[in-house]
Amino acid sequence: MRNAFADEVVKLAQSARDLVLLSGDIGNRLFDAYKNAYAGRFYNCGVAEANMIGVSAGLSLCGLRPVVYTIAPFITTRCIEQIRVDICYHNLPVILVGVGAGFSYASLNATHHSCEETAMLRMLPNMHVVCPGDAVEVRHAIQAAYRLARPTYIRLGKKGEPAVHSTAAISFSIGRAIVIRPGRDVCILSTGVMLPTAMEAADLLSGHGISAEVVSFHTIKPLDEPFLREAFGRFKVVTTVEEHSRSGGLGGGIAEWLSDQPPQSARLCRVGTDDRFLYEAGGQGHARACFGLTPMGIAEKTLATLGRTCP
Amino acid sequence: MDDLKQMARRIRLKLVEMSCIAKTPHLGSALSCVDILVAAYWGAMKIDPARPDDPGRDRFILSKGHAATVIYAALAYRGFYSMDYLDQYNRAGGKLPEHPSPGCAPGIECASGSLGHGLSIGCGMALAARLNGHPYRVFVCMSDGECNEGTVWEAALFAPAHRLDNLIAIIDYNKWQATGRSDEIMSLRPLREKWESFGWDAVDVDGHDIGALIEIMRSVPGKSGKPTALVAHTVKGKGISFMEDNNDWHYRIAKEDDLRAAERELGPA
Repeated sequence: MRNAFADEVVKLAQSARDLVLLSGDIGNRLFDAYKNAYAGRFYNCGVAEANMIGVSAGLSLCGLRPVVYTIAPFITTRCIEQIRVDICYHNLPVILVGVGAGFSYASLNATHHSCEETAMLRMLPNMHVVCPGDAVEVRHAIQAAYRLARPTYIRLGKKGEPAVHSTAAISFSIGRAIVIRPGRDVCILSTGVMLPTAMEAADLLSGHGISAEVVSFHTIKPLDEPFLREAFGRFKVVTTVEEHSRSGGLGGGIAEWLSDQPPQSARLCRVGTDDRFLYEAGGQGHARACFGLTPMGIAEKTLATLGRTCP
Repeated sequence: MDDLKQMARRIRLKLVEMSCIAKTPHLGSALSCVDILVAAYWGAMKIDPARPDDPGRDRFILSKGHAATVIYAALAYRGFYSMDYLDQYNRAGGKLPEHPSPGCAPGIECASGSLGHGLSIGCGMALAARLNGHPYRVFVCMSDGECNEGTVWEAALFAPAHRLDNLIAIIDYNKWQATGRSDEIMSLRPLREKWESFGWDAVDVDGHDIGALIEIMRSVPGKSGKPTALVAHTVKGKGISFMEDNNDWHYRIAKEDDLRAAERELGPA
């Protein structure tokens, strides 16, 4: 994902002459192509994320279009005050890009985990929260966020995530869910890097005779309400999947939305992390397994919500 | 210069009046930096009140947003809007909150209130001048208490690294913050030397000497390539004897009697 972002931002900067890329002292070599082409529009703001957000606001107040990049927890929860006041209160078209979200850097301990930030950003007026499902969606998301010209957070994994879309020519709009695989019985709404795992979960469900639709629900704010209304009317279970807390993010947001709707036929099933930190060592796969963020975990929880168990 | 001193007196009286009518605090903080704003708006900044959005204008950020009345009044006297506009201050549904909000008035460059934001935003604006090919300067006025905030020092590290010589940080160093002496609560001293060691052209100045303030402000940018830090030694509550250096006036609200007393000391508006 991050390589797709780095490549796409070079392409975007060709036409977007007002784009300025700010980095929080990460991405060594990642932005070489950008820096070679647009040296005057790249600033390493050091390990000072709060200041970097303020700088981006100042640039934006003068008509420039900053894209601000660093590790997910450091560009979000570390400087939430600056995002709230400097960017959101002024409703500035600043694009924040957080790399290594969720458990991408699981082995580095919870200081580098990011399983709360979409909840916090979702609360901020004017903010948009976009979690692309693969590298193709990353490229579209950065272009779409630039066109949107509003405060936007784009949540990335790291690198080497499996491709889900077989073509780059997809229809992508912020706030509009993408059906990856149609189904009849249950609907899996996946956001961000869990999309390949959600596809595997659908395969497992298929083995149990359950037809699962898989959706890249890449935008957590604003929610695609027309899609949700249709899904909760058509399926028996709607399962949300996110490498993030079940509270406040995609699942939490949809639970809030659901509470404001007339009674729906579908039940909501949320798959995400528990309300606890992970203290033990281990990589992304281990961390995900601790919270059932696996194909089997998703399938089992969906089946249980359907009133069925795995044989 | 007498005209500018008279303007400072008029603004001070207006601040007391605004506090009295709107029943708002932070009067001591606002009185403290009146001369700084008079020097900037009347003596140093390239601005046209009729064109507050001119891309080439000098910018002023009152980062110590709790002193909002001073910038509201200064902009009115400078001609950015009519004096009547000040009637909206702290009025339900009015345009002028107790701290500046985005777009609340022509000439307000950004919101402030939460401390420690202005210098970072100012860095971005100063950087944008270079990227956009404009020669403007950015003035950021902070309180000494505000220098408790870590972001001030993040910005203080950033600006010299990027040679933002069009950036002027003005610290309204009145030696008080909300609940006590600023040097006792956090170790600010030696303040000028701190800014200097961070890579700024830092100068101590009498923050009530409008002529001295103008002279330094006009000299920016100099030849060093560094940003400028103006450590303006001030008196909180300056200009009204019973408010001077009395930190009760951080939160105390002026009553009618206080306003009459201020009128006697400052003369008619």
